[in-house]
Formats: sequence, structure tokens, C-alpha cells
Amino acid sequence: MNKPVASPNRVIKSQHVKLGTKNKMDQTYTDINTMFYDAERTPSFMTGSEVIRQAIKVASVGTSVAYPITPQSEAAALIGELYSEGYLEEYFRGESEFAVMGQCAGAAFGGHRVFTTTAGPGTLRAMENFPMWAGSRLPIQVCVTMRGVNSPLSIQPDTLEASYLLETGMLMWHAETAQDLYDFILKGFIVAEQPDVHIPIATMCDGFFVTHTKDTVMLPPENLCLTPYDPYKSPVPCMDMECPPIRMMRDPFVMKSNYISYSTHASWQQEVRAAVERSRKHTIPLLDGLIDVENIDREILLVSSGTAVSQGREAIRLLEEEGIKVGLVKIKTIRPFPHEEIKEATKRAKHIFVPEFNMAGWLAREIKAIVPNNERVVAGPHVAGGMTMPSEVIVEEIKKYLGIEVARK
Amino acid sequence: MNKDKITLCEELADIMPPEYHELVETATYGKEGRGWKDIGSSKELIEQHSLCAGCPESIAFRYILASLPAPENTVFVGSTGCTSLVFPHVAVQNIHSLFGNQNAIASGLKRTLKRRFPDVEKDVVVLAGDGATVDIGLDMTMQSWFRQEKFTTICFDNELYANTGGQESGLMQKGFVAKMAPAGKNFDKVRLPEIAREAGCHYVAMLTVSKPNRVEKAIRQAVMIAREIGPTYVQLYTPCILEIGKQSMEGLDEMKDAESIGGRFVMKEYISDQAQQLIDDMEAEEKAKKKAAKEAKKAKKPVSA
Repeated sequence: MNKPVASPNRVIKSQHVKLGTKNKMDQTYTDINTMFYDAERTPSFMTGSEVIRQAIKVASVGTSVAYPITPQSEAAALIGELYSEGYLEEYFRGESEFAVMGQCAGAAFGGHRVFTTTAGPGTLRAMENFPMWAGSRLPIQVCVTMRGVNSPLSIQPDTLEASYLLETGMLMWHAETAQDLYDFILKGFIVAEQPDVHIPIATMCDGFFVTHTKDTVMLPPENLCLTPYDPYKSPVPCMDMECPPIRMMRDPFVMKSNYISYSTHASWQQEVRAAVERSRKHTIPLLDGLIDVENIDREILLVSSGTAVSQGREAIRLLEEEGIKVGLVKIKTIRPFPHEEIKEATKRAKHIFVPEFNMAGWLAREIKAIVPNNERVVAGPHVAGGMTMPSEVIVEEIKKYLGIEVARK
Repeated sequence: MNKDKITLCEELADIMPPEYHELVETATYGKEGRGWKDIGSSKELIEQHSLCAGCPESIAFRYILASLPAPENTVFVGSTGCTSLVFPHVAVQNIHSLFGNQNAIASGLKRTLKRRFPDVEKDVVVLAGDGATVDIGLDMTMQSWFRQEKFTTICFDNELYANTGGQESGLMQKGFVAKMAPAGKNFDKVRLPEIAREAGCHYVAMLTVSKPNRVEKAIRQAVMIAREIGPTYVQLYTPCILEIGKQSMEGLDEMKDAESIGGRFVMKEYISDQAQQLIDDMEAEEKAKKKAAKEAKKAKKPVSA
């Protein structure tokens, strides 16, 4: 867990034939290891939406399809500007999120690296497509800038939509900061496109808190870019009639209400989930582990993901002033879920608090499901509907909880 | 694709099924002027079908596959329904993803293939039922036409949801009693050919599949016009004999009745000026070729003394 990995062994080095050559924008196709660990990075101060543009500028994306929905509209429009400058091969506005995700699928079936963005109700409208992407083994990346999905209409940040994505078969990485978002987008393509993974990825961030605030981000030079996607490394054929188009099966499985159908569908679902698990070995070196930890020898831990982690850090500082020592676990990947890592990191904790930007507490449920003695897990505090979570709220929750315990004694 | 890509290596040839060998040896990938008349003398690109006995969709599939101008560079996009049960038997790459999103898939696919293969014409053909095309997928069907996406949409119009057991669809005739229309459908058959014309299709044809030469011509024109100009739409009446109470040998008669004077499927075509010009050019080229071939044949004949 979190073992430093030497740069040459991070991920399998790109074997792409274009490695080291230049694209039409005068960018050099570069291995991800070189881009992140060898190239000099310089600081820039920008919004999360601009960070998405910066990442896509160097991602060698073939197609991006856009649709307006707050808070991702700006990022989607900025990608359009990149297209008009010549950084992408194809870009257009679809007619709804359901259609957009279909258009993305078509482009991925045809062999392009594909990126899109969505948010909140858009994610839910598109939902039918996500398990289809995974089942079709399409390594599309969707950046989900999470916002409320409730009625009455809300455009405010809220991470409830992530819970709907949990069982779609996609990889799900949750960025805490703009820097995470930049890194996750580029590294996400590489992990999702590995032949033994080759499934879609949702790179998620908390809407507004990340997309619309400015932060300092360390960026590699713009004249480097990822090596392109190679559709012929896909575990299923690319739909371009460049490989034998011989019929795929004797009878369609849907017509076989028998053992063959059951076992085929069951094994395919298992395979998609196995692909999610296989992504660990590529993700751990690239992200320095699926979780980050600080002071996990303490009795009280905050365990969370996204911007709730940032609020947690400040809460820890405030508590420390009062002599209450709290440790921190930041979860970076929701799928694959870091079972063993979380179990190990929390094994000494007596109280595990899970602050979340949603009413449901889906992350707390996930954690409760895997740690022993899960009465230690306190689901909360929660805020929803776009409220910010002041660090004081986390402080109060912890103190209240401890106070109740003291009173009982 | 060319046939080299499907040719077998000697070491594995003996374990491959005979249908595969036939495909390599006599299928008409890359054959100029291929058409429905190849049926019977060459390996068809559909191996078998899993439809009901006598279903007109099965013959429609055979005619369409025989009529594609370049199956070696064509990708089909299907949708859920009876057609999705047939595609696994077809030796042209095809995508099934969801129900109703076929024209969205085709939009992304066609644009990508155009970028990846700028020097090869990769045709994309959508083939879906009327529920997928007109009801659940109408938004994406029409939006792809508005955007002038360069692919062909074929609708197998059987005037109901066949695969789910005969429910009312938008293309069903008014008054027809069906599941989910217990007192008879109470609005008219949706006029999709007219909608297609107004939405920007450069070639629209509505016909039955009773006459293979007509189907061949419509499919060929639709694919060529989509390749060169913009979206095209072909609506084929493929009655669901099971759900309208016909016997398996009655499909052809049903189609002939429907296309006779006053019927719902009297053949109609809408052709834009641009498309008409292309058709004229193609026909002129064809004529010139035939003439040249005839003259070459004549020149070869020994002159009698």
C-alpha cells in the first residue's frame, strides 16, 4: 500500500508506433511515465474547467461530443475551442445526454479515443449507456462534474449521482482537487485502455467546488502529448471492417433461454468486474496507491473522497488546536474499491467518520460493508442540495459523537 | 477489408467450419456490380436466420446484403428487435448497443471511420425496426438527418412491435387492434418518409420487399447518396405474418396487396436535386461501362471471312 514505485516500473511503457514522433500540432507523442515523472512541470493558476481543457489538449483525443448542462458546459465548450484549433479530430454537440453517450459509443466502436463530460441529471439521463459501454468494452472517458439530481431543480454540487454509477462496470476515480482532475484524466485514459482492462472510466469531481474555483496546478509542457489509442489492442474487434467480420455466434444468446445463455451472460458480467479489478495493478503505480493516508495510527479517522477530503483536512487542523488528534484516509478510486487498503488503514481506528456531500451516505455504506466491527463507522456529516460543508461541521460532528460517548460512561 | 484478411492459414484450415471456407472462396466481397442475382451462385453474407418461418424480414436481409455496394467496407448498426436476432449470423461487422440509439451510434461511428480512413469509403448502414426508428429513437433518427450525417437508415416496417409480441407502434395503421391498442389504434400511421424528406434526407424510398430488383436499386442508391451527399432513408414493408394472422407462405401476397394501387405501400421515392444528379451520373457511367464492354467483346470476335 502506497509504496513508492520507481519511475521506470510505473506502467507498461507505450509501445505505440508513433511514440517520439510529432502530431500536426507539433506535439511529441510521449509515454505517460515521461510526461508525469520525467518532464518538468510548471505551475498554472486556473479553474477546474480550464484544467479539463489543458488535460484534453495533451490527451490525443479523437472524438468528443458535447451537450450543455451546468456545471460542465464551460469545459465542454473549451474542448470545442481545442477542436477548432486542431487538437481533436471530431467534435460536435449532441441532442441529449442519452444520444451523446451513444455517439461517444459509436466513435469508440470505430476506434477513436473518446472523451465527454456530463453532470447530475445528464448523468442519469444517459444512464442506460454506461453498462452498455462496459459490456461492449469501450474505454470511453466521461468526466462527471457532480451536481444535484433532485427535484425541484438544483444546479448545486451534490455527489449523489455517483451512487448510481457504482454498479455500471465503469472505473470511477474521484478527484479532490484540480490537480487530481488533471492527473486522473490523463492517467485514466492509459489505465482504461490497457488490453486487460479496456472498460470505460468516469473521472469524477465535485461540481463548482472543483470546476469553478481557481487552483494552482502543476502541468507538464504542452508540446508533449499522450500516444494515441490503438484500437487493435482491444480485447474485442474494432468495428471498422479491418478484421474478419465472420458471424459472431451460431445463435444470438438472447434467444437461448438455457444454460448457454445464462452462463454466457454471467461470465461476461464477471469478466467486466474482473477487468475493473485488473485495473488495480496499473492504477496503483500511476496514482501512488488507490488511497492516501495521513496519521492512520490515530484512534479517530476521517475517511472520504472528493472535496470532502479537503474540508476534512481543515477540520483535522482545527481539532488539533484543541488537542484532538485525527488521521485521514483519502479514497481516490471508488471502482475498483480499495477494500484491502481501507481495511488495513483503519484497523487501529476506534471511530471512522465519513463526511459526504450527499444525503444518502453511499460512501459510508461502501466502507461499512468491508471493515470489521463496522459500528466504528459514523456515516456523516452529510450536506446536500449544494451546501458547503464548513470544516466546523465536521469538527462538531466528531465532538458531538465523542461527547455522547463520554456522557454514556 | 479485403479477402486476404479472412483467408485461412493452412495449419488451421481443416478445423474451420465449411461455411467459413465458402465465405472465403465464393462470397462477393469486393465484387463490382454485385446484386441480388448473385444469390444462389455465390456465398451469401447471411448464414441463416433465427426469424419465424416465412418472415419477410429474412428475405429483406438477403436482398440488402446482396445489394450493398461494398460490404467489405460496410458496418451495420442495429437496434433491439427481431433484426438483432439475425445480425449475429451476418458476415458484415455490426453493432447492437441499445434500443433506439442506433442513429446516435451511427453518427459517432461514421465520423470516426471518415477520420481514420480518409482514403477509403467506409459505409455505415443503420437497420432497425419501426419501434426503434420511429418511436423510442425518433429524436435520434431525425437529429442525425438534421445534422446531415452521411449514412443510410433502413427501417423494417412491420407496423408493430413484433419481437415483444405485437404491440401498437407509431407506424401501425389507424384502427388496427393490437396489444396496447385494445380498441384499435386511434391515430394515423406516422408519415416518416415525408418527415425524412423535410428533415433533410436526400433520398427517401418506401416499398415492400416483394421485388428484389427494386430493393437492390433503392439500397444501392441510398448507400451511394449517403456516401457522397448526405442522409438517406429506406422504409421497407416487412409484415409480421405471425402478428397479423397470416400463414408462413402468405408474406409475399401480403406485400403484393399492400403495394397495389391504393395500398399503404405503393412505392414512393423522394430524391433531392443533388441526389438526382448523382443517380444520373451513376447511370451514365454504368451505361458507358456496358457499352465499352460490349464493344470490347465485339472487337474480340473473330471477323468472319
